[in-house]
Amino acid sequence: MVEAQGGRSLVVDAITHRYPSGALAVENINLDIKGGEIIALLGPSGCGKTTLLRIIAGFIAQSQGRIIIGDDIVDALPPNKRAVGIVFQNYALFPHLSISENVSYGLAARGIDKVTRQREAQRLLELVQLPAMAERLPRQLSGGQQQRVALARALAIKPSILLLDEPFAALDKNLRLDMQIEVKRLQRVSGITTLIVTHDQEEALSMADRVAVLSHGKLEQFGSPSDVYDRPQTLFVNTFVGSTNRMPGVVVAADRAEAKVRLDAGAEIIARPAGGALSEGGRVTVCIRPEHLQFVADETGFAGVVGMSLPLGATVVHEVTTADGSGVKISQARIGETRALENGAAVRLAPLAPSLANAFPATL
Amino acid sequence: MGTAPASRDVTSYGMGLAAPLALFFLVFFVAPLLQLLWLSLHNDTAALHWGLGQYIHFLTDPFSLGVLGSTLLLGAEVTAVCLVLGFPIAWLYQRVGPRLQTIIILIVLLPLLTSVVVRTFAWIVILGRQGIINATLQSLGIIDTPLKLLYTQFGVVIALAQVQMPLMTLPLITALGRIDPNLDDASCSLGAGSWRTFFRIVLPLSLPGVIAGCTLTYAAAITAFITQSLVGGGQMLFMPMYLYQQASTLQNWPFASAISIIFLLAVLAVVSVFTTLGRLSRGFGGE
Repeated sequence: MVEAQGGRSLVVDAITHRYPSGALAVENINLDIKGGEIIALLGPSGCGKTTLLRIIAGFIAQSQGRIIIGDDIVDALPPNKRAVGIVFQNYALFPHLSISENVSYGLAARGIDKVTRQREAQRLLELVQLPAMAERLPRQLSGGQQQRVALARALAIKPSILLLDEPFAALDKNLRLDMQIEVKRLQRVSGITTLIVTHDQEEALSMADRVAVLSHGKLEQFGSPSDVYDRPQTLFVNTFVGSTNRMPGVVVAADRAEAKVRLDAGAEIIARPAGGALSEGGRVTVCIRPEHLQFVADETGFAGVVGMSLPLGATVVHEVTTADGSGVKISQARIGETRALENGAAVRLAPLAPSLANAFPATL
Repeated sequence: MGTAPASRDVTSYGMGLAAPLALFFLVFFVAPLLQLLWLSLHNDTAALHWGLGQYIHFLTDPFSLGVLGSTLLLGAEVTAVCLVLGFPIAWLYQRVGPRLQTIIILIVLLPLLTSVVVRTFAWIVILGRQGIINATLQSLGIIDTPLKLLYTQFGVVIALAQVQMPLMTLPLITALGRIDPNLDDASCSLGAGSWRTFFRIVLPLSLPGVIAGCTLTYAAAITAFITQSLVGGGQMLFMPMYLYQQASTLQNWPFASAISIIFLLAVLAVVSVFTTLGRLSRGFGGE
């Protein structure tokens, strides 16, 4: 049995999994996770992130590759011997057992005596700020409270890895933020290496030390939240994380650091070759986030006509139709009295800086 | 709140609407039952003299008590066999693909689609001296003389278990289907092995189905007149046959009535024990 302790490293080594039908669920995933890190597995539904979680937990045996926790290759261990704590999306509390019995369930399975079990359950319930709920049944608790219990139950076995499967999806918005803070606090206290599976990019960016973005079973990018947001390596990452304008164009000149792109919308701009080297004359998709565009008064940038303006509180989003007929969104911070833009006003737009426009080879 | 009068509260409907069914039950269930009770409280076959003689006779007669005891025991045995064999089938049903599920449900329901008489005669063919089991065992050289399977308690239990199996399996399938499959995974990830998961999680949460299945199987097994009589033969006497003999052959209607009432009370007692056990175990997951 794996020695249970906080902060062990987790290596996902070339994991590939095929469904019995032969379809690939995940393909050659490599993640090197340091002890005590919080990692988010981010991707749309069906991208393979839950499959990867279940492989790490031991519920699914992968077709190829290895899972290494600390110094141990755990592939041969069944889930009940891996010392991996899981918080399920629906919490999966045992409905017929009291909160205290739920929390101490893993300790009972380890043959720990009743007195120690109860003391430990009480300590954990205090840790998740539910000390008075020990004798209640799960259905008598609110969603947020049930989640705290699920966390306490997973932490009770002193897992080496904590896996959270869409942990906040079932909570309403305000509670979600509270619980995210709570989970982060508990993770700091325990120092447990934590993996959060989520489709919510805000959650991934705000909670994780590093984010692994998955799409169609492949790892698109694994990096810090700012890397993923500001320096996306693939078009998928750029469009899935945050919102972005996709503008087609042709490469006029390119080197490793910069590419000059003639946009179909009618301007030459400097962009960062994000997905590797670009060749001259090749079609590219340039991604510019709405907040990285500005209105310019001179003749630089590309022309457009303002369609709709949406005041979204702190920012105002304008939809601009460019010369080639595509729509571009630009978001401006609302500083004092923002310049009102008439519907149909002619404007020119340009990126704030060349590094903020990412050029990817166009896919057909 | 101004809600459209789409659905009325069911309690607001007049009780009169239940009258046809109530009348039906009154005439064809309550009245005969009362008549049965009235009849059982007479000491003579002509039902002229009031008294508790029939009950005293039954409860002091070792033979009658033996029949009652063996009938209740038969029910317990059949229920146990159905539970032990039916639970794995129900468990399997929840873990296989939709095509296998269809096949399992068909196999489970098949006994209900054939007549009890036909099924029972099939068992006579299987269990008889020259039946399939004896013929096979003899040809394999495992036994020299045929085993006595027919007209034994064993034979009756096996035949009844097969006949009553759907009554156990169907409630179990429903109960197991209501259990969140994540609970299995949760238990496992917390370090529990398969047996602990089964006894601490799956079994307690399936108790409503276990109790429903046991109650149905038990009640059906002890009152199964045809199977009991045909497979049990003349040597095995159970309450339904005993009752039939007293009423039909011996024309002792007051004693037959007393037997009915005692049998009814015994069954109710067993069923209420099942129900109480279920309540005590607080195995009722969810709301």
